[in-house]
Amino acid sequence: MSMSTDHPHVIDVSNLSISLKNDNNSIAITRDVSFSIGRGEVLALVGESGSGKSVTALALMQLLGGNLSISSGQIVLTAIDGYSADIAKLGRNGRQIEAIRGARMGMIFQEPMSSFSPVHTIGAQIAEVVTVHEDVGRKEARRRSAELLAKVGIPDPVGALDRYPYEFSGGMRQRAMIARALVCGPSLLIADEPTTALDVTIQGQILDLLSKLKDELGMAILFITHDLGIVAQMADRVAIMYAGSIVETGSVREIFRRPSHPYTRALLEAVPRLGDIDERRRINPIAGSMPNLFEPPSGCRFHPRCPVAVHPRCSLERPPTFGSGGRLVECIHGEAELAR
Amino acid sequence: MTRFLMRRLAYTLATLLLVSLVSFIIIQAAPGDFAEIYAAKKADAGAVISAAQIAEVRRELGLDQPWYVQYGTWLANAARGDFGQSWTWRRPVGAVIAERLPLTLAIAFATLVFMYVVSIPIGVYSAVRRYSFGDHAASLIGYLGLAIPNFLLALVLMYLSQRYFGQSVGGLFSPQYSLAPWSWEKLQDLLQHLIVPVIVLGTSGTAFLIRAMRAAVLDELDRMYVLSAKASGLSPMQLLLRYPVRIALVPIASTLGWRLTYVISGAPIVGVVLSLPDMGPLFLNSLLNQDMQLAGALIFLYCALTIIGTFLSDVLLVALDPRIRLE
Ligand SMILES: Nc1ncnc2c1ncn2[C@@H]1O[C@H](COP(=O)(O)OP(=O)(O)OP(=O)(O)O)[C@@H](O)[C@H]1O
Ligand code: SF4
Ligand SMILES: [Mg+2]
Repeated sequence: MSMSTDHPHVIDVSNLSISLKNDNNSIAITRDVSFSIGRGEVLALVGESGSGKSVTALALMQLLGGNLSISSGQIVLTAIDGYSADIAKLGRNGRQIEAIRGARMGMIFQEPMSSFSPVHTIGAQIAEVVTVHEDVGRKEARRRSAELLAKVGIPDPVGALDRYPYEFSGGMRQRAMIARALVCGPSLLIADEPTTALDVTIQGQILDLLSKLKDELGMAILFITHDLGIVAQMADRVAIMYAGSIVETGSVREIFRRPSHPYTRALLEAVPRLGDIDERRRINPIAGSMPNLFEPPSGCRFHPRCPVAVHPRCSLERPPTFGSGGRLVECIHGEAELAR
Repeated sequence: MTRFLMRRLAYTLATLLLVSLVSFIIIQAAPGDFAEIYAAKKADAGAVISAAQIAEVRRELGLDQPWYVQYGTWLANAARGDFGQSWTWRRPVGAVIAERLPLTLAIAFATLVFMYVVSIPIGVYSAVRRYSFGDHAASLIGYLGLAIPNFLLALVLMYLSQRYFGQSVGGLFSPQYSLAPWSWEKLQDLLQHLIVPVIVLGTSGTAFLIRAMRAAVLDELDRMYVLSAKASGLSPMQLLLRYPVRIALVPIASTLGWRLTYVISGAPIVGVVLSLPDMGPLFLNSLLNQDMQLAGALIFLYCALTIIGTFLSDVLLVALDPRIRLE
């Protein structure tokens, strides 16, 4: 609750469920996902591969493809310019959602190699975002693009406008991608594992750049990663996702110091620390594997792997959510854990 | 980029040279040389020609020179448009061909335009509405187009257009326009007459291109850059045209050269069947009459057209795909 007063919410997601429709049945990919992000705040969405981070990100911009769709929930965007809309109600196509994409919300992806068209210049692909959203001429759009390229640290930004993606290194391309996502000054930036494909030094530079730009431009960032090191470095708050649900939310301090969900604790214990390696202690992996979403476990989806599961309750009913505001835990032990 | 194009230009010139040599060999392969034919004709007319006179004519025409000197002379003359005399037409080969070259080019060009204008939108539609009724219909018509031989299609279309549209098919002009000076009406008349040959020549190529375009667009639709452009706020139409379609044109453009080859090599037969005043019937007759000066020149021209077409498709490819400029 302190969060909501410090930072007016840019995005408020509540009870977002995404389902995959096959011929005649529909399975839940995510259920009741809720989180909010304030201005100038970075929320890290963390979880194992396949837990539903990317589909959640795509849903926020109505970019779900194929047979995936939003089955319920709200995605309320309140942009810095005062514009407000429930994106979940907008549908996949149409002027309204198109006016939001790229302008009030920007997105960057994991693969800087393939996120640009190979046959268009970098400048054309950035300037296009400006001309699509704003009533400006080509020259002004180019000027703005060069300005953004300079901001993301690309040397000779004017010359870079006329170059092609293959002439850029991976790190430079990700910088250009950030420029493209930010050129219209969005209120929310969604970054889906933006540094996973880059080597470690470049990773650090991109993270520093994102932090700097966030402070400068004041946007909210949804940062998707499974690297807890990056979380500690980048995020203000963390949402832990497991098998399509957010099982715990809290500030970085709260999550790292007092993890309250058994899955969060397991995740933290699985991270190798410097000391562990020195002492040659075994890293503690999470036993078992992510459930198959086509036949999810009953009750709490984590119960087959949970060391503190209470039988038979945990396998029968979905656990309640405890806490309030920015600190939530979905576990039967939640109340006691939060009170600790 | 200039290096790529220069290299391509060099290949093109080398191929043209090779083709010219082949054409020259074909001309030489005819039984008897021009001096003997000349002597035979004089003899027919009742004149008595001595071996010395034949040798004199040979010397005058340079026929006593080694083959490479003769080839050099032929090539130098050909470069100036002088392909020697056609003995069936009793006129310079260059002049005979010049009358028919523009229509040949018009048919080839119109066919290419037809193929691309029809196949690109249908291919894009089929990709975007995959497995829809329209997609299946396009596939069916496409397979039929591939399966029906050109000459059969020509005959059927000739019959249909005569029967139902009362149009004089065959030839490129209605009788009243064939000798008239160029006018708007004459041009319209020409375009109407082009429809049947263009459909005949272009159908199988169109069917093929629809499949190719469909596959190319399908390949691009799921790419990451399409999603990232969509996340930038482009409307579905802008998105489709600026990215997947634009990029799918790269492989399509690269086959332009051999599409042209296909059109050019199909043209003579269609020209004969539809009795078009293009180079087709001329070519057939020159072979039947062993008018090798004419035949050789035509072979050279047909080949040159496809070679130049291939070069143009390379130029187009460079314009469409900047990555090629790297090479
Ligand atoms: N287009 C789709 N069609 C069907 N199922 C999909 C589709 N996209 C994702 N899924 C399924 O949805 C689930 C969540 O996928 P998602 O890509 O969101 O995972 P993630 O958390 O981003 O994982 P990663 O860390 O590997 O990126 C997975 O089980 C995946 O198989
Ligand atoms: S609800 Fe039960 S199974 Fe689920 S995390 Fe809590 S204790 Fe474990
Ligand atoms: Mg993902």
